[in-house]
Amino acid sequence: MLAMLLRRVLLGLITVVLVSLIIFAGVEMLPGDACTAFLEREAQGQLLENCRIDLGLNQPAFLRYLDWASGALTGDFGLSANGHKTISEMVGYRLRNTLLLASCAMLTGVPLALFLGIVAGLWRDRSPDLVVSTLAIMAMTIPEFVSATLLILIFSVWLGWVPGIVLTSASAPVSEFFPAIFLPIMVLAMVMTAHILRTVRSSVIEVMASDYAQMATLKGVPYWRVVFGHVLPNALLPTINVVALTIAWLLGGVVVIETVFNYPGLGRMMIDSISDRDLPVTQAIALIIATVYVGVNLTADMATMLANPRLRTLHTRKR
Amino acid sequence: MRDAAPTSPVARAVVLRKNPFAGFLGVLRDIIRRPSGAVGVALVTTHVVLALISPMIAPFDYRAINSFSMLTGPGPEHWLGTDHLGRDTLSRTLLGGREALLVTGIATPLAVLWGGFVGIFFGLVGGRLDEVLMRLVDAFLSLPWILKMLVLIVTFGTGLGVLIPTLAFFYGIPVIRIARAATHDVVARDFVQAARARGHGRMTIIVRELLPNVRDALLVEGAMRWSWMLLAFSSLSFLGFGVSPPTPDWGLMIADARGFMSFAPWGVLAPVIALSSLIIGINLTADALAKALGIDRAQKAPV
Repeated sequence: MLAMLLRRVLLGLITVVLVSLIIFAGVEMLPGDACTAFLEREAQGQLLENCRIDLGLNQPAFLRYLDWASGALTGDFGLSANGHKTISEMVGYRLRNTLLLASCAMLTGVPLALFLGIVAGLWRDRSPDLVVSTLAIMAMTIPEFVSATLLILIFSVWLGWVPGIVLTSASAPVSEFFPAIFLPIMVLAMVMTAHILRTVRSSVIEVMASDYAQMATLKGVPYWRVVFGHVLPNALLPTINVVALTIAWLLGGVVVIETVFNYPGLGRMMIDSISDRDLPVTQAIALIIATVYVGVNLTADMATMLANPRLRTLHTRKR
Repeated sequence: MRDAAPTSPVARAVVLRKNPFAGFLGVLRDIIRRPSGAVGVALVTTHVVLALISPMIAPFDYRAINSFSMLTGPGPEHWLGTDHLGRDTLSRTLLGGREALLVTGIATPLAVLWGGFVGIFFGLVGGRLDEVLMRLVDAFLSLPWILKMLVLIVTFGTGLGVLIPTLAFFYGIPVIRIARAATHDVVARDFVQAARARGHGRMTIIVRELLPNVRDALLVEGAMRWSWMLLAFSSLSFLGFGVSPPTPDWGLMIADARGFMSFAPWGVLAPVIALSSLIIGINLTADALAKALGIDRAQKAPV
């Protein structure tokens, strides 16, 4: 058991190291570097040489990677190319804002998805299921920027209930983000709910058809006791992994949503850094997002292992 | 209802190998027989046909700027009104899917082909190399798609020559995983062992034994990838990194019309409905295809 958990943690760590290598190599392969971005038109001759020596860009790539990676371990991502600000300082509030948005969306989305998924699964192929499943397909397939635009049109332009964009500055206290944060939360929660509820539904259907659920029914156990006592505890286990995968999706989807709503989070900072060609910032954000992704998946896998006695003895697990 | 078509993928593959055309028609009939599948196929067909004939039926030139009729509402001349430059919204909506369908229509098969081949190959070979490859796939998947796409696009430009290979490359990576998992399911089976014992080479085994059995999973995955790719493409043009103006594109049109939403909502609604109906159509078709082929899609991850 312990060996399995350790193995899983090790795999996660290897993935993070690989990601950092990919990010570093990817940025290496792009034309231009921090100095050409910083000096812009003056980037030539002696000035460029001095800048490169200044920032240590004249050293071999391997040493620079070690330098960057060891800095990142302690939360030091160096300086941004535009304006030489400390990246960890720039990222701090942005990360908090994105986490605020994401956790609000999860707190709304996950309970809603569980409820709707169970309802759809229990009333399979009847009207509650058809309504829920159709809405779910629409919510998960329509691009986020489209549903965001529609929600702004309905709730902000036509009904005037909530503001359509966020005008709060990145470092404002959390309370100032309300009520403008409601629409972005809604869009994120909608897509998450749709993904999770589809898994919950098919999982409920599968367990309802299982031998032990049938057996309990045949023995005369009341329907709702079968559902709550036998079916749900087993049906909800696979949900942990889907919630994790949805969080992983959220890290990418949040980029578009933050841009639509002008929300001062990590995602918008990433887009800005890419358009400004501020490569050190892009590198840092990419590494942070990838680490969160790996961490969330790792946690979900370990939670599943701990919760499911059958998986504890298996040595190889199908992914 | 489905007594004619064998339900297990392996049994079907055996039948398909004898008469591939009949199998294809059977699957298509199975899709259309489901209500959601019929709606999906109808939506996708309509969009593809419209994309092909829209240059002939569009009532106005999509570039024709008219400063006297800016942001006018729907009326007898402009059925869906005009945008902020006085361009006809109906014409631009009709033409707005061509670029997206062209790019994703080429990139999707490419992604499925390369991802499928690599996945099957390493699923068959296995061993250390396979482990390393899977870690690399994991690492790639842990980076958000938009970051990977944007970095390449900002560096190399937004032309079709960049978008198609970029989409095909990144969307082929998750296919590797699917193809590899599907290969693992059949690689230990007797008929593969028999082929090995007969002394067939790797390529022969892949083409004659593995491909027919993995193909169903790849088809469904391809349909899914198509819809994700469309989503990515339109999100990119919405953010201003996709199609360059004045080429009409739904994502770009929505971005342009958003600012005038309070008094000219038709400019947003027309492309929104067009884009949503295409993506929903693809997903309904993919769902019905998965059911017709006996592969459950609901369990699949959203990444």
